[in-house]
Amino acid sequence: MTTLLAGPGRRPAGKHAAAPAGRFRGLWNASPLTYLTLLVALFLSIFPIYWMIAMATRTNDVVADVPPPLLPGGNGGGNIERLFNNPDAFFAKGLLNSVIASGVVTVTTVFFASLAGFAFAKLRFRGKNGLLLVIIATMMIPVQMGIIPLYMIMVELGWQNQLQAVIVPFLVTGFGVFMMRQYAEQAVPDELIEAARVDGCTTFGIYWRVVLPALRPAAGVLGLFTFMQTWNEFMWPLAVLNPDNPTVQLSINNLANAHFQDYTLMFAGTSVAVLPLLIVFIIFGRQIIGGIMEGAVKA
Amino acid sequence: MTTDLRPSRNGPPPPSPAKADPGPRRTWRARLARLDVKGAPYAFISPFYIVFLIFGAFPLLFTLWVSLHDWELASGTRDFVGLDNYDYLLTDADFWHATVNTIGIFMIATVPQLLLALMIANALNRRMRVPTLFRIGMVAPLVTSTAAVAIVFTQMFDQDWGMINWFLGLFGVDAIAWSSSRGWSWVAIAVMVDWRWTGYNALIYLAAMQAIPKDLYEAAAIDGASRIRQFWQITVPMLRPTIIFTVIISTIGGLQLFTEPVLFSIHTPNKMEGGPLHQFQTITMYMYDNAFYSDRYGYGATVAWALFVMIIVFSLINFLAVRRTGGTK
Repeated sequence: MTTLLAGPGRRPAGKHAAAPAGRFRGLWNASPLTYLTLLVALFLSIFPIYWMIAMATRTNDVVADVPPPLLPGGNGGGNIERLFNNPDAFFAKGLLNSVIASGVVTVTTVFFASLAGFAFAKLRFRGKNGLLLVIIATMMIPVQMGIIPLYMIMVELGWQNQLQAVIVPFLVTGFGVFMMRQYAEQAVPDELIEAARVDGCTTFGIYWRVVLPALRPAAGVLGLFTFMQTWNEFMWPLAVLNPDNPTVQLSINNLANAHFQDYTLMFAGTSVAVLPLLIVFIIFGRQIIGGIMEGAVKA
Repeated sequence: MTTDLRPSRNGPPPPSPAKADPGPRRTWRARLARLDVKGAPYAFISPFYIVFLIFGAFPLLFTLWVSLHDWELASGTRDFVGLDNYDYLLTDADFWHATVNTIGIFMIATVPQLLLALMIANALNRRMRVPTLFRIGMVAPLVTSTAAVAIVFTQMFDQDWGMINWFLGLFGVDAIAWSSSRGWSWVAIAVMVDWRWTGYNALIYLAAMQAIPKDLYEAAAIDGASRIRQFWQITVPMLRPTIIFTVIISTIGGLQLFTEPVLFSIHTPNKMEGGPLHQFQTITMYMYDNAFYSDRYGYGATVAWALFVMIIVFSLINFLAVRRTGGTK
């Protein structure tokens, strides 16, 4: 567990090797071979994404060409139009459902996890250690394990094919609580909390005015990853939602399930499904890297 | 939230009104303040426990209960059958077939993935131009969705006109039957998994590498140890806790593999079968197929528990194995 947030990665990214003295300088410089390795890895990482977007702009008559088409074409708008008009994909609805579900889950996870993390890090109460252990233990339990009874609960509640079925079970995660607790422990000075109490703040007031602002960097990373995870969820939505009320992942699954495989349509679908994440990634790339390197993400 | 409650603990004495009338009002406030101090922590942590109890702990235990039944939703059948489902599981060839598939894919995926991640992390740990660009590039696959990746790669792996067979053909390799051959389908799925997760693991390793004291390497360099030797004798042993962490995380993820193989079975009517000969059906797919497609929820729950036990056992084995090999060096 210590590897989760403690220890490694505390150094700011990119500032390692604080200019090793004199003769060991060469030990840390990248060699041409290093660059070659990284360039190949970079190419392999980026190429499938590039190719997906390029194919989304082509027409179906080129998909079977040899050699395979590699350059973008001019049919991107047409494919996206077909995508939103496709009667089987319910694509617009899927996008909207995903935005709502991911948005709600992100907000509640960050709120509840920071609230609980603050309590575990800074407040005194009976049974704290035991309760924290329970949280750590829950991080080990795979969600899919309970999918069958979870489905039965949804049947009982009448939530089959309802959007809340993919929201409510994920309002807050043990991982989020643990992560915020680790961060709050070192980011919020005890004196600040005491001072706020002396000034007459309630405990919630302390959280809202003192703790939450101090937790903002970690809360941001948790929010980003929660959004990505919820957006990408596949198995549970597949089990509980019908094809006509999909999330965006189920929409592209609808396309892949069609009898006639319309390839450029599928690529347009996957491109649009990935686009919001790519935008988030381009804006917050550095924070995401920082989050992974501090152990903030669970695979 | 009202903020005019004056907490008594450490607080200054309440101002003049309280002085004029020190009686009931003050105790009322003090009581509220005490309630706040005592009760707030529980109030703050309760949302997690409520959600977890209803949607986490209860389903897990209820899975055990369901697994002891012949449980069908459509017909309403709920016959208690004791351990019959578990009995059946032990001799169920389909289940063991899926287990072999899952472990096979997991091994093919994880071993190269973690070795590659170590290599990439080692390269990223050098001083170089544009380090951030390389790092961001490595984790770009992580922000694509699993379903999208599976669809794109399934096209690339198409036997007749997929890009990968075309590329291999340039070197004289005959077209590979990526989806119909059992072994090759495992490789194709492993590639999808690795494409997504290698960069993530590389960054985790990089973070740990940056915490290794630099003078260790300098001392080794003075002693004439080559870079490769430094890597195996300093870097890898120092990373042992991190490696254990990534192995366990990969195990938990790998044994639950679902999305990639489901979308890889693009040409078969029942996508949970993992190809016509079930050549790449994973345990999770088998569970899903039983429960949601065949309405055998009792047996599906049994498979879920078997998977859970397997995850725990594998995590332990990995943990011990990695610790052992690290310890002897």
